[in-house]
Amino acid sequence: MPEKFDVIVVGAGPSGNAAAYLLAKGGMKVLQLERGEYSGSKNVQGAIMYAEALEAVIPNCRRQAPLERAIVEQRIWAMDDRSYVGSHYRGESDEGAQPNRYTIIRANFDKWLSRKVREAGALLICETTVIELLRKGNRVIGVRTDRAGGEIHADVVVLADGVNSLVATTSGLRPPVKARDVALAVKEMHFLPREQIEQRFNISGDDGVVIEMFGKITKGMVGTGFLYTNKESISLGIGCMVEDFKKAGVSPNQLLEDMKRHPAVKPLIAGSEIKEYSAHLIPEGGYNAIPAVHGEGWVICGDSGGFVNAVHREGSNLAMTTGRFAAETILKLRDEGRDFTAAHLRAYRTALEDSYVMKDLKKYRDMPGILHHNRQFLTTYPELLSRAADTFLKVDGVDKRTKEKTIKRDFVARRSRFGLVGDAIKLVRAFR
Amino acid sequence: MMKVEQKLFENRYRIDEGHGHVAIREPEICRERCTTRSCTWCCPAGCYGTDEDGGVVLSNDGCLECGTCRLLCDEFDNIDWSYPRGGYGVLYKFG
Ligand SMILES: Cc1cc2nc3c(=O)[nH]c(=O)nc-3n(C[C@H](O)[C@H](O)[C@H](O)COP(=O)(O)OP(=O)(O)OC[C@H]3O[C@@H](n4cnc5c(N)ncnc54)[C@H](O)[C@@H]3O)c2cc1C
Ligand code: SF4
Ligand code: SF4
Repeated sequence: MPEKFDVIVVGAGPSGNAAAYLLAKGGMKVLQLERGEYSGSKNVQGAIMYAEALEAVIPNCRRQAPLERAIVEQRIWAMDDRSYVGSHYRGESDEGAQPNRYTIIRANFDKWLSRKVREAGALLICETTVIELLRKGNRVIGVRTDRAGGEIHADVVVLADGVNSLVATTSGLRPPVKARDVALAVKEMHFLPREQIEQRFNISGDDGVVIEMFGKITKGMVGTGFLYTNKESISLGIGCMVEDFKKAGVSPNQLLEDMKRHPAVKPLIAGSEIKEYSAHLIPEGGYNAIPAVHGEGWVICGDSGGFVNAVHREGSNLAMTTGRFAAETILKLRDEGRDFTAAHLRAYRTALEDSYVMKDLKKYRDMPGILHHNRQFLTTYPELLSRAADTFLKVDGVDKRTKEKTIKRDFVARRSRFGLVGDAIKLVRAFR
Repeated sequence: MMKVEQKLFENRYRIDEGHGHVAIREPEICRERCTTRSCTWCCPAGCYGTDEDGGVVLSNDGCLECGTCRLLCDEFDNIDWSYPRGGYGVLYKFG
């Protein structure tokens, strides 16, 4: 007779950890399985963490969490080949209020959250890869792992195994993830003395700056670059849709190397020591790519359910929130003495629909398609903006009205009047 | 430009000798039928290369376990892909 648990949670990223924590707190017998040596050893993120989503799981815990810097300044840069036009927003939190966003280092953060999960009473077994789900008819009744005699039973299984979602796919619970719905990101960790980071970014204490970049740096592919400040390091990365890498013939490493040579990026990382190079997929298909999220004896959370809002670069918060909703649904069914059937677990789907999770994803449901079919937003516009700024700011004896005309002519020549209006409408629609 | 191999050198791995978790199913397909061979440039760890007689060769060791190759080889589904056995593979220090 194999061992039996109330719940098995597959994966120890933010979604699995949020779910396992709340389920264990709620008194259930929880087994969490993680393929890495420890929670975080396989995981990659930018990483911006949203405190509200975390503290909805563990109230007032941020003081204990290994946070890097509180984000006080956000820069958005539209990049041309050797220049950029950008917007910066800097603002301290209101008196007495706590910051909302922090940079983190995932290996540290995940390890910490995982300790909380174990303290709450869940049994975590690492270095164990779940191979597939055990079924009895339609009903999921447990998992098979790569350990000898690795069959384990449970009343309900929470799938939180990340973007590749192999367990659900292998078990036929969802269609395979497609190249057009995921981005591949590569990232480097650049170490620098704390004081240098603070000088370069005009910050002090534990304040931090994040920069999001788009435009020519992705060479016409749909994607973005990022640069985030940590205490003693800079996280630098760039990601584009897998299908675009395939079509464009560009290697991810080359893309990152070219970004590091951009005149706006280079001085920020000069003299740093690179201590890690990582790569990870991000589910960016949005609302239309989300599979069925529950069934007979199972629910799916976080990246493995495709819960990422690519427009706002939110993923870890959706992971923690979907993990929380899954746990709350399961605990409520247990309290009511009801079985974990698909019909009953539908409450999980409803909770998602009623929250920011599905509302936000629905709002931007057309965005992936729009970017896919309108590359001008990533190439032509950043270039035109940079040229416009250059034309307008150069003091060269040409009068300002003539300069304005030149800029206008530039835009019309590249996109036509009709194209400009159409692009504006598309953008407004996508963001409405 | 910094080469991928140089970068991978900074990473920590626990290699599962003799248990490659990614494999090309039919080398013939790569050689004879696949015209794109996108695995040879899309892999962020440069695990795929070409050999003298026009075949594609794969070395698992630097694999970052991203899953990209598995998704892009959709025309032929020629890559047998799974996660490494529990505990093996890349071990991110920072992530
Ligand atoms: C480069 C990059 C930058 C990002 N930046 C941000 C950001 O700034 N802010 C933000 O909010 N989000 C960001 N994201 C997205 C965010 O990282 C993810 O949305 C989040 O990590 C999802 O959490 P998860 O728990 O669902 O999955 P994961 O964190 O991937 O966790 C899945 C876990 O399951 C384990 N696992 C997988 N398969 C098995 C198996 N078969 N058996 C056992 N264990 C298994 C894995 O080892 C892993 O620990 C970024 C992502 C990337 C790649
Ligand atoms: S993409 Fe697939 S079929 Fe083509 S060369 Fe690579 S492994 Fe072979
Ligand atoms: S999983 Fe990623 S790193 Fe590993 S071989 Fe495939 S593309 Fe390369």
